[in-house]
Amino acid sequence: MKMKKSIEVKTQTVGRNRRNFLKVSGLAIAGSGLLLASCSDDDDNGNMLGGGDFDLGSGDVGVLNYAYALEQLEAAFYTNVVNGSYYAGASVEEKAILLALYNHEVNHREWFKAAINANVPDANARLTADLEFDFSSVNFDNRDSVLGTAKVLEDTGVSAYNGAGQYIQTPLYLTLAGKIVSVEARHAAAIRSLISGSADFTAFAGDDIIDSNGLDLAASPEEVLSAAGGFFVTPFTYKNPKA
Amino acid sequence: MNIIKFLDEFTTDQLQAPMSSRRAMFGQLGNISKKAAMLAVPFGLATMGNKAQAQSSSDVTAVLNLALTLEYLEDEFYDLALQSGVLTTAKSQAIYAQIAKHESQHVTFLTSAIEAQGATPVAKPTFDFTVGGAFDPFMNNANTTQATAYAQLLALAQAFEDTGVRAYKGQAANLIGNDAVLTAALQIHSVEARHASEIRRLRGLEGWITGNQRGEGMPEATQAVYNGEENVTQGGVDVTTLGSGTPFSVDSSTQAYDEILTGDQAVEIASLFIVS
Repeated sequence: MKMKKSIEVKTQTVGRNRRNFLKVSGLAIAGSGLLLASCSDDDDNGNMLGGGDFDLGSGDVGVLNYAYALEQLEAAFYTNVVNGSYYAGASVEEKAILLALYNHEVNHREWFKAAINANVPDANARLTADLEFDFSSVNFDNRDSVLGTAKVLEDTGVSAYNGAGQYIQTPLYLTLAGKIVSVEARHAAAIRSLISGSADFTAFAGDDIIDSNGLDLAASPEEVLSAAGGFFVTPFTYKNPKA
Repeated sequence: MNIIKFLDEFTTDQLQAPMSSRRAMFGQLGNISKKAAMLAVPFGLATMGNKAQAQSSSDVTAVLNLALTLEYLEDEFYDLALQSGVLTTAKSQAIYAQIAKHESQHVTFLTSAIEAQGATPVAKPTFDFTVGGAFDPFMNNANTTQATAYAQLLALAQAFEDTGVRAYKGQAANLIGNDAVLTAALQIHSVEARHASEIRRLRGLEGWITGNQRGEGMPEATQAVYNGEENVTQGGVDVTTLGSGTPFSVDSSTQAYDEILTGDQAVEIASLFIVS
């Protein structure tokens, strides 16, 4: 229940964003291997999860593990895209963008791995480097499917970092998260613009994601993992993000 | 030296010198940055450092006022751009209108946020987007062609957006402990990054920054916006050493992380366009 309390910090924003978020994340809703403990109201020891599922932790450690999970997901997705020779008919520009995103996300993933290994003394508190993913809902030879999934992942990344910033206690980590989230937002804008083309020149920062205060998405971990959970096979929980 | 005297001096220098080309003009502009560094900082940011714990309300207000100043600048710039007639394509008009809407919303939001702190929002400065006549992005001068004005309009937008991203990022750590303000600032920060990506791509560049490259066609005067982006050490780790292959090239390693600007650096850049 502690997590619910922390979610209420930005109830209004999160509520609005959640609707939009779920709307843009339709692709990600598939059979989920991810189990969320945060909705549980009577189960703090995690036995509803079959017992012993990894919990990301709280505070800085929790955010590092959380970001590492999301970066592993993004890197795995773009690795599939690049290794699969992209999709039929991919333009030179599209290939260049997807390759850049692959490069950036793999770099991010390895940074989090190094940061966690260096800064989380308890090896049992470190998220595995080998999360398994299920991309069966993605057709890697189809432009709409690949770019649509990329959009979900990038917008999800932005919303996740924006929502989790408040759980970070150490300035260095917050600055690092900032260095990464703006690159995710640059990605999201480029992918959105590729998808919409001349049909909607405002899609890079469209009204479907930017609210009337000019604010981007910010989602709680619960929302992020609900929306992106379809891709995670390895179960984990994030019960108490706030230290 | 105040900024008006500074700009007067610059303008006088330019009037006495033969204006060989726009490129030379941009070269001259490069010197402004060095002069601007000597200007009095108009906000109380010079003494701010990154502190680990919850900030005092005056620190939070200073951060929000810096943000508001940058948003005032962007808001006025995009409004004037839309009115200028320089944007002639449906695409550029739609992009500028969408960004203009967000910058206007940011001004309103930040003004309210500062008032909610019980503080007073800074007054809107008087801006000069010609920087004493060096630029003519709104095609006010009959001798300026639309193509030249358009190129300047895009170059300035890129500089403002990439500056905004770095400036917000540089202040985030000063908001630790103020969850609502921090989250909102992060939400504005990523919107600026979306803007930056789109403007850069409209200019034919990639949406992200490679090394400290300002990009083709960017005036030398904007180099201050990109200095430091070549950093490859993140949290004490040289990210080029984390693996092999293209993800760990120097180019990829600099693209993958945007860098901060300090408050002073952000003010210095904004001051180029502030008359009073």
